[in-house]
Parts: sequence; C-alpha cells; structure tokens
Amino acid sequence: MTDRPAPPRGRGGDLRYWLAAQRGPLIAAALFAVMFAVFVTEHPAGLSVNVVNTAANKGVLLAFVAIAQTLPVLTAGLDLSVGSVFVLANCLASTVVTGTPLQVALGVAGVLASGAVCGALNGVVVVFGRLQPIIATLATGAIYGGVALWLRPTPGGAIDEDFADFITGSAGELVPVSLLVLAAAVAVIWIPYRRSAVGRAAYAIGSSEQAAYMSGVPVARAKFLAYLLAGLFAAIAGLLLTCITYSGEANALLGGSYTLSSVAAVVVGGTSLYGGSGGAIGTIFGAFVLRTIGDLLFVFDIDALSQPLFLGIVLLVSVSLGSFRLLKVTRRLELYR
Amino acid sequence: MMPAMFGRIDKALVAATGCIAVLLVGGALYDRNFLSPDYLLQQLQVAAFLGVVATGVMLVVVLGHIDLSIPWVVTIGGMMSTAAAGHGGWAGGLAIPFAVACGVAIGIGNGIGVAYLRVPSMIFTLATNAIAQGLMVIHTGGFAPEDHATPAMHFIAVERSILGIPNAVVVWALLGAAMVAVLRRTSFGRRIYAIGNSERAVYLSRGNVRRVVVACFAIAGGCSAFAGVLLAGYSTKAYQAMGDPYLLPAIAAVVLGGTSILGGRGSYLGTIAGVVLVTLLQSILSIVQMSEAGRQVIYGAVIILMLLVYGRGAKVVT
Repeated sequence: MTDRPAPPRGRGGDLRYWLAAQRGPLIAAALFAVMFAVFVTEHPAGLSVNVVNTAANKGVLLAFVAIAQTLPVLTAGLDLSVGSVFVLANCLASTVVTGTPLQVALGVAGVLASGAVCGALNGVVVVFGRLQPIIATLATGAIYGGVALWLRPTPGGAIDEDFADFITGSAGELVPVSLLVLAAAVAVIWIPYRRSAVGRAAYAIGSSEQAAYMSGVPVARAKFLAYLLAGLFAAIAGLLLTCITYSGEANALLGGSYTLSSVAAVVVGGTSLYGGSGGAIGTIFGAFVLRTIGDLLFVFDIDALSQPLFLGIVLLVSVSLGSFRLLKVTRRLELYR
Repeated sequence: MMPAMFGRIDKALVAATGCIAVLLVGGALYDRNFLSPDYLLQQLQVAAFLGVVATGVMLVVVLGHIDLSIPWVVTIGGMMSTAAAGHGGWAGGLAIPFAVACGVAIGIGNGIGVAYLRVPSMIFTLATNAIAQGLMVIHTGGFAPEDHATPAMHFIAVERSILGIPNAVVVWALLGAAMVAVLRRTSFGRRIYAIGNSERAVYLSRGNVRRVVVACFAIAGGCSAFAGVLLAGYSTKAYQAMGDPYLLPAIAAVVLGGTSILGGRGSYLGTIAGVVLVTLLQSILSIVQMSEAGRQVIYGAVIILMLLVYGRGAKVVT
C-alpha cells in the first residue's frame, strides 16, 4: 500500500475526491440532460410547459419507487415488494382521498402511514425474522398485492380532483408540482436521513455488516428504518399515480414492472447492488433516464412493437457499462469474491 | 456422498415434508376427494411444470446467483415451439429441441453477462428478460401467437403412458435424476457448490469459474424454455406472459426446499419437496372457496411463516 498517493488536500483535491465519489450520479445526470435535450428538440411541441409537465410526472413516479428501492439496497438488502406497496397505496388513495379538505389531508396521511406500516412489516421480517430480503419481500409483496385486490377488486374509485390537479399541475405555470414534491421529499426525508447516525449506519452495514456490528453501529435499527422508509416512499409514488389516473387498480403486472424498473433505476443511478455506495440523488436521475428512453422512442417514431426490445437493449447496455472497470483489473483474482 | 445423505438429517427437507403432510391432511379434512389418486396425480402433473423450472433455478441459486429472466424464457419456449409446430413438416419435428435451444441461447447470454462482464446476476437477467419480452412482442406482432402443438409436445405434456402416471411427471423425474447425478457425481456438480461458497477458492484451485457459471445459466435457460414447451403442449397454445406465474413459486420452492439463497448449499430432494409443497398450497387455496385477494395474502403469509420456522439466517455476533 506504499505506492498509493497521499490523500488529496486543498480545494482541488476535495473537488477531485468529490467527483470520484459522485461519478455514478454525475454520469446519470449528464446522460439524462443529453437525452432530455434531444427529446425536447425532436418533440413536435418543443419545450412547452405541458411537455415538461408530462415528462416530469412520469419520471417522478418512477423516481419515488426507485428511491424506495435504494434505501434497502444501500444496506446490501433488496425490497421486491415496492411495486406491490405502490399499487396498494394507489388502491387505498382511490378510496380515502376524497371529501372535505380536512378529509383529504387525513386520507393522504393515511395512505403514507399505510406505506410505512408495510415497510415496517418488511423490516420486522427481514431484521428480526432474519429472512433473506429477496425471498421475504417477494412473499410480503404477494400479501400487499392481495390486500390491494381486496380493497379494489375491480378498477375504479376516485380521488379529490382539486388535490390531484394541483399535484400533477405546474406551479406558476412553470415548474411541475410533482418535481417540487420530489425535491421536498429529498430535502425533508433523504438529506436528514443521509446525515443522521442511522443513515450513515446504513452505508456502513452495506459495506460490511460484521464490521459495522463490531463497531457498535445500530445494525438492527438502521436496517429496520431503511425498509420502513422504503414503504413510505413507495406509498408517495402510489399517491402520485392516483393523482395522475384519478382511479385505483390492483394491477399486479404494473407493480411487478415498477419493482423491476426500480432495481434498474438504482443501478443506472450509480448505486451498487452489493450495498454501501450510492444514494437517492443518483437514483432519481437513473429513473429519469429510464423514463426518457421511452419518450425518445416515441418522438423518433420507433415502431410500437419494437419498443420493448429497444428498452431491453438499452437496459442491457447501460448495466453492462460498469464492466469497463474490468479493463483496469490487473490481477484476475480480484475479479472473484 | 451417499452415506452422508443418509447420515445427516436435512432439517429443511424434514420440515418441508412435514408441511406437505399437514397440507394433505388439511385438504382431506376439507374435501375427501383431495386424497384420491386421480387428484394427486393431477397435482403432480401441475407440479412437474414448476419442477422443471425450479431445477434450473436451483442450479443458479446454488451458484449464489439468481435468474429473473424465467418469465419470458418460459414464454419463449412456449412460443418458439408452437411457431415451429405451426410450420409443420420437418420444422414441426424439431419444435422441442428448437425451443429448448432458444432458451439455452438466452441462458448463455445471461452466463456471459454474469461470468465475464461481472454484472450482478439480478440486474443482468432482468435486462435479458426485457429483451426476451421485446423479441416475443415483435415475433407475435401484438397478435395472439400460433396455437398449434406437435403430437410430441402433446405426448410429453398431457398423455399418461405408464400406469396412468402423467408423462410430464416422468419427464421431470428423468430430469431430476440427471440433475442429482450431475450434482453429486461429477466434478462439475461439486464445483457448482464450491463456487456458491467461494469463487476465489475455486479460482485459486484452478477451477474454471466462468465456464461453470455460463453452463449453469445455459441449463437454467434450457429448463425454463422446456417448461414453456410443456405448458404449450398442455394447453395447445402459447400466450404473452405465460411464464409470469412461475418466477415467485419457483424461487419460493427452491428456498423452501432448503437451498440457501446465498448459494453453496441445497439438495435436489429438497427442491422436489419445495415444488410439491408450493403446488399443494396453491391447489388448496384454489379449491377453498376464497377470493383471489385472500388467496394471495394467505400464500404470502404461509411462505413467510414456513421460512420463519426453518429458513432463518444466522445471527450476526462477530
């Protein structure tokens, strides 16, 4: 280890360090900027408030589910029930978010609380039941999907239209409210979480659970909170979906596709599936990138039938990009765990 | 290995067998026909489809990886075999090998991504699943695909040639016997377990890690596609998303059978028990007059409960 350079010092060093640490999110952000620029220039309506608003709503929807996925992934876990919680929140919101403003507010609180309860149940099963997250959340996902179906056996329901139009509209005819909601969630939940002792503990657990345990890190509490917050974020997404569609549907296929897209967004956003590095900001751009791919296929008039294949190829290429790091590996042993 | 098999009691296998017994008794109490040979053979036939998928899943899980491309590889198996059957003539005769070859090809792709590109299997197989879906959407052109099955497909999926035992069960038994032989008797099989425990150790002892990983994913792809062929033969049609109901049950069956999802541990006997267990559970939930919602909740809850009984991880103490 003697040949390693001294830790960078001074301003330039800090910047270089920061750039290296944030490479994943920065690449995702740059990719998104380029793709979105191409999208608006090719779009027949150009850069209009409507175009931006529609794109933002779709992007934020996936971004919330993907943030939900990020939190357990950081602890080297996984939550395959985020899509089901998302659908469950959608069904619940289409039932309770109506009536007087007070009732609407209570309904919103109830939807978010139900998401947190689902997340807490995952946390209990994974942390205190000591089950593998991948199989445990697959099973709890079936439970949440069942509850969603019980709430709404057939598609329907309604949501307070003023509330829905406000959330999906544009503030001051300019900035999509959904983007503001996302920014608020990051500022109020993610950043304080990231800076708190439990948040740092989550990263430590992802790097090495045993080392974290031996260092007195609150392992159980941090993992539990990660799953709980995941449920909360998934429920926010479900609420947003209800605002967009004005109705609820216990669509298991939709939930499944969001779960899978959320994992993809996490990876594209630079968070390691092995845990310990990454974060919600990168995930947000990862989700935006995935959504913009679909929009690009639309403006370039790609045959609707070939769109799923294009999406798959782009996904495959983007997850394989990380393999370039293999070129730097000089000792083959380092490839193996 | 044989003495060890009898000497050591597999806790998961015992627990899974116990759960199967409980389900059988519970089912019999609810409806006397539940224990009739006809009904049980019917269950075994349904279990055979899941069993073929779970065979491949188990290999990949023992390696310490996971294959999320099952749903659309199963669908590819179904659609490619019915498409070849629709051609008729010599193409129809090759329907089964052709469909399995398609699955193997996707599996090799998975293996290359995981072994050579070092992409986490979860995300790479997710991407190949999307590509498989894309290919099938183009293949069918958005319309209902061919609804032909060759006589051979019908024969292995539906007919009962020996003593009334469904041929699908016989096929599953042959596949399972081959798998047990490979896992227990060949260096390839031992290496699969070794990789699940420590890739590094296998590499340092001059084992070719990458080739084994590719081979396992290829076999898993072939198994999934073959299950698709059986399903297409069973219902004489292939349809979009026909493989979707097999992902969760297959993984659940493998894990309930005592295979560690972290890799390196598991027996095929356990997987058989897991498959029968999941199939019986699904069957009981469908004969009890209950809404789809209630069935899903109970299905998830029972899997969690069974895992809590015997699938718990070790406590972190040091």
